[in-house]
Amino acid sequence: MKTESNLEKMFNAGHFAVTGELGPPKSANLETTLHHAEEMRNHVDAYNITDNQTAIVRTSSIGVAAHLIQRGMEPVVQMTCRDRNRICLQADLLGAVSFGARNFLCLQGDHGNFGNEGGCKNVYDLDSTQLIHTVKNMRDDGVFIGGDKLDHPLPKIFIGAVANPFADPFEYRALRLAKKIAAGTEFVQTQCIFDLDRFEKWMEQVRELGLHKKVKIMGGVTPIKSVGMARYMQNNVSGMIVPEELIQRIKGAEDKKKEGLKFAVETIQRLQEIEGVHGVHIMAIAWEEVVPEIVESAGLYPRPAVN
Amino acid sequence: MIVGERKPLAEIAELLEPFRKILVLGCGTCVTVCLAGGEKEAAETASALAMLRKKAGKDTEIDTHTMVRQCEYEFIDEEQDKLANYDAILSLACGVGVQTMTTRLPEKIIMPGLNTTFMGYPLEQGVWTENCLGCGDCELGLTMGICPIARCSKSMLNGPCGGSQDEKCEVSKDVDCAWHLIYERLSKVGMAGRMAVIQPPKNWATSHHGGPRTSVREDVRLENGK
Repeated sequence: MKTESNLEKMFNAGHFAVTGELGPPKSANLETTLHHAEEMRNHVDAYNITDNQTAIVRTSSIGVAAHLIQRGMEPVVQMTCRDRNRICLQADLLGAVSFGARNFLCLQGDHGNFGNEGGCKNVYDLDSTQLIHTVKNMRDDGVFIGGDKLDHPLPKIFIGAVANPFADPFEYRALRLAKKIAAGTEFVQTQCIFDLDRFEKWMEQVRELGLHKKVKIMGGVTPIKSVGMARYMQNNVSGMIVPEELIQRIKGAEDKKKEGLKFAVETIQRLQEIEGVHGVHIMAIAWEEVVPEIVESAGLYPRPAVN
Repeated sequence: MIVGERKPLAEIAELLEPFRKILVLGCGTCVTVCLAGGEKEAAETASALAMLRKKAGKDTEIDTHTMVRQCEYEFIDEEQDKLANYDAILSLACGVGVQTMTTRLPEKIIMPGLNTTFMGYPLEQGVWTENCLGCGDCELGLTMGICPIARCSKSMLNGPCGGSQDEKCEVSKDVDCAWHLIYERLSKVGMAGRMAVIQPPKNWATSHHGGPRTSVREDVRLENGK
């Protein structure tokens, strides 16, 4: 089946893909979010929209995706297992496909206790691997989890997952990716990469298993805006590794923001050299306006056209 | 066993506010072992409550008693006479005991004195930990004795999430990552290959998600339910 996903076409054409992250607001006013989307319109191939990231209530990923599609932009809809059971996940997938969404990123979701609704009921009816497999079964076999058939087949949708080379047990992390691929994953985004040595070690394992030939891997890059932000991620965010020497490098720089951007660009350039890395996902959290500059400095602009 | 914690005294006092003559009723089984609702705790609770009410100038009469268990009719029936003549009974049993008492003695007011916290075991003196959710479809054979449903914060069935670091769960550095433990256990017994098998969506209907459960054993049932 021919893909309608621009992102998938970009990979298929052998280009190094670029996506940007959009975090929906804590309101129904999407002006700022859509402004950020416009700013990077010519610099990214698709926009990844977070799904109540860190368990904070925001406009839904699907809601923002609809606005992007109206504006001719391509969304990657994040779907976490935290807030919806299998009925709602399958229903939301259908709804999003109906208005043109073609890329879905299936993930577990940060635990609900972290967010601004700490007393919530965490759903976790499915886990991320099961969600990936569910989407694949709906697309390829036209069946829901319960066994009912879809009334009409789905178009070709592009199934994504996340991978975290910085989580433990480290020696299992490439095997975990293999499992997600077996479940149906076609592209992955990684956790923010600050420790390139560990990332490269993980990629070695990925290549040993031949996974880089079965899945499109996008390295996650977050520009560091300040020493405080780096320190916060180092100490408070599970599954992240921020090396001390990187913090010292930012600390020692005269222009800390510039140094943060420089490191992000260096990371992307190094990623392009690693066999099996097919793209970059830029997560400029609360700093979206720098995405065009990063993409240009990394030599990834202009974006190639595919059809 | 069932683990409980006594409710804060202020909450207990509020629950019992409308009543004068009160029986604080301990339970001799699980909650005795976890030091939450046995004979000793019943005495402590009664004296603390009496003091609080006296200070508030409330006329009050508080007795204590402890039953073998409050979760079976036969034990309740045996001790009916000791439960008579109270305006309210503060049950220090788990939620199962409180409700069995209410069902058997519908004319009485039974108030809960504990929060039933979980099914688990004592990890060390004074520390209890949860390890079973009673999901109705035990997965321990799959994971060689470590429950991913109760012990993984996200009840995952296919391996650790990206928040597992240094063997700990993303929810708290005090919580072990269940999937790290499972991975190590499977590796140790030569079954690490199981990590690669995709486990399908769980049937949660056997758990509370299917509604309140009843377990029937026809082979041991008495005729006509006698």
